[in-house]
Amino acid sequence: MVSTCFYFQVHQPYRLKKFSIFEIGQNVNYFESTNLTKYNNQELIKKVSNKCYLPTNKLMLNLLQEYPELKLSYSFSGTVLDQFEEYYPEALLSFQELTDTKRVEILSETYYHSLAFIYSKKEFAEQIILHKNKIKRLFNQTPQVFRNTELIYNNELAKTIEDLGYKGILAEGADHILDWRSPNFVYKPTTTENIKLLLKNYKLSDDIAFRFSERSWKEWPLTSEKYAKWINAINGNGNVVNLFMDYETFGEHQWESTGIFDFLKHLPKEILKHPDNDFKTPSEVIKSYKPAAELDIHNLISWADIERDLSAWTGNQMQKTALNEVYKIESQILKTKNKDIIDQWRRLQTSDHFYYMCTKWFADGDVHKYFNPYESPYEAFITFINVLNDLKLKINTLEVKKL
Amino acid sequence: MIILKVFMLGWEFPPFNEGGLGTACYGLTKGLSKKNIDVTFVLPKKIDIKPEFLNKIIFANIKLKYIDSLLQAYITPNQYNEGVGKSGNVYGKDLFHEVYRYAQKVREIAKKEDFDIIHAHDWMTYEAGYFAKQETNKPLIVHIHATEDDRTGGNPNEFIAKREEWGLKVADRVIANSNYTKQNVIKSYQIDPKKIDVVHWGLDLDEEAYNINHKSPFRDEKTILFLGRVTIQKGPDYFVEVAKKVLDFEKGIKFVVAGSGDMLSRIINRVSELGILDKFIFTGWLRGEEVHKAFQMADIYLMPSVSEPFGLVALESLKNKTPIIVSKQSGVSEVINNALKVDFWDINEMTNQIVNCLRYPSLLNELKENGFNEVNLLNLDVPAQKCINIYNQVLEVR
Repeated sequence: MVSTCFYFQVHQPYRLKKFSIFEIGQNVNYFESTNLTKYNNQELIKKVSNKCYLPTNKLMLNLLQEYPELKLSYSFSGTVLDQFEEYYPEALLSFQELTDTKRVEILSETYYHSLAFIYSKKEFAEQIILHKNKIKRLFNQTPQVFRNTELIYNNELAKTIEDLGYKGILAEGADHILDWRSPNFVYKPTTTENIKLLLKNYKLSDDIAFRFSERSWKEWPLTSEKYAKWINAINGNGNVVNLFMDYETFGEHQWESTGIFDFLKHLPKEILKHPDNDFKTPSEVIKSYKPAAELDIHNLISWADIERDLSAWTGNQMQKTALNEVYKIESQILKTKNKDIIDQWRRLQTSDHFYYMCTKWFADGDVHKYFNPYESPYEAFITFINVLNDLKLKINTLEVKKL
Repeated sequence: MIILKVFMLGWEFPPFNEGGLGTACYGLTKGLSKKNIDVTFVLPKKIDIKPEFLNKIIFANIKLKYIDSLLQAYITPNQYNEGVGKSGNVYGKDLFHEVYRYAQKVREIAKKEDFDIIHAHDWMTYEAGYFAKQETNKPLIVHIHATEDDRTGGNPNEFIAKREEWGLKVADRVIANSNYTKQNVIKSYQIDPKKIDVVHWGLDLDEEAYNINHKSPFRDEKTILFLGRVTIQKGPDYFVEVAKKVLDFEKGIKFVVAGSGDMLSRIINRVSELGILDKFIFTGWLRGEEVHKAFQMADIYLMPSVSEPFGLVALESLKNKTPIIVSKQSGVSEVINNALKVDFWDINEMTNQIVNCLRYPSLLNELKENGFNEVNLLNLDVPAQKCINIYNQVLEVR
């Protein structure tokens, strides 16, 4: 028996408009850019929704209706949900239609798609609760399985998440932690009692997410028949194929013209041709399969780049400075009890801001450059730090007023 | 193996150069000689190249030929007329006559030299190149380092512009030192874009002066450097206005203006008018090692050029581990990723960038380290190989 387990990540940050030192103290909204599309969050949400979320959701809904066996799971950042509500309620509605089928599971994550686990455990726990409440309100579900930002993971995280009451957690099936082991089983983290670990089958996931339209790839063009055969081949040496990817793969990273929607349309049918295949959500996988072994993952891993580490967010001095500066003001910010200021500070924690400052351009730079609205990592840093200084000024002004 | 022989026409050569052009010609010939290309370099003016300098040029297959003339790289017709008065050797009545004389001499030299291809640098050598082509029927490549419109900040000398256009049109092929220059050539002279190749300059990484590691004498003060001709094209006036704004944010900073030019007195007056003369240092022209020392002691090199066809000095700055802020109106901004880029007129944005660099060492260090690593890939081999490919293509077509 092989269960295919889909998890799609849906996330958009609140991008910062280019913010100059001359705008500090001028009461400028960081998140609203009127002219340039690349920083204009409203425009971007509409664009991605029209290219990806709406057409893919429509297709998924049809597939769910056509194949009663099909199961899906999604993880939404709070920042994307906020932007749907603010800028494009139709997009949110189309996701709600999917969850209404009761065959779509929603996962837990930090509301602000943050790196808080590394910098503040208190803030991390708080953001999980905020997220849980949001999901309950919008989708009437209570998540049981957790995925951390960018699949960042280690033993300590598993323990923290278990203590918060979750039954499962996701991570990257990175070669250097798996060694000879296969990602196609359920594992148990060494430091925990009951929580189970699902690992991304990065080869099969990336075949869709990254290689699908790559003409120099020897498997191009990838058909759903061929792909289903690769899944069938796991029968006998695995229980589950975890296909984890950004939802923007469909229509945004892989454009409609690459044939990605056709591929997706035929995939459930092809997978179900094999009598031993089925689909499961992460919670169902956890209920169905026993852990094959314990996994001891001490160092932090992620799903990014070749290194599968944190260097895309914390690798250089600018990133370290920016992260330290953000978390340094945590208690000052929370003390204000000012809802807007706390929300703005949390939006600055979104991992994308630090990703834009990444300078690893020459090794795996293309991906970074494509997603970077700023002209360079240096400009990303300057904008970020100016915004942070503006926010600090706001707290100081509030503190002075109170005196 | 057949050795390709290039007949190269230039007008300045280090250390007797006024701008990046002499350095660029030096670098190109050195790069070509490393790849076993035989270059005969014809200069208009006899210059005293000292023995130690000759030792420094290791490309032995270069023959330097000199023609007496008053030609200088960045001369304007007016300046030329003044020079004629002062100079002992008066050969031509005016600049254009000198250009013609140079061309005539080159025709004579071309008759005696053996070569496969002619490579002429900027408008003053185009006629010479054309004569050499007429004489030998070898293909002519003209290299453009700046258009007349560029050099004059939008007030072209009509005659020069005409000569430039003519040269670009009679050439078999045009090499531009950046996409920026290529676009200017297309815009000013409607040259077919397909006829123009872009070859960005590389840097002579062997230069020993990079290792001097000169320390700034201003211990607690950061230094922002302007280096180049103090003329409208280079934007020294923007440098001064930025200085004033930066000083509104941060105090302990020195601004160094290294170079000279027609705008120098105006610049000094403006600095004094703004009341920030004590924050400024004017060094006059720097040469050789001094240039590298200036970069090494600076914390940031600001190049606010209104128009910078390439901007080789910005690469020298990076090699000296000094981060750069360069105008988007420059060729160098096309080749370097690890730099801050800004529109030359955007004084507020330059201030924004400088103040943050001064306040956040992590930003400055990342720019420094990554810029240094990046410039180390831009050696002389890259432009030399591109030129060789162009030579071969041109010769093949024939």
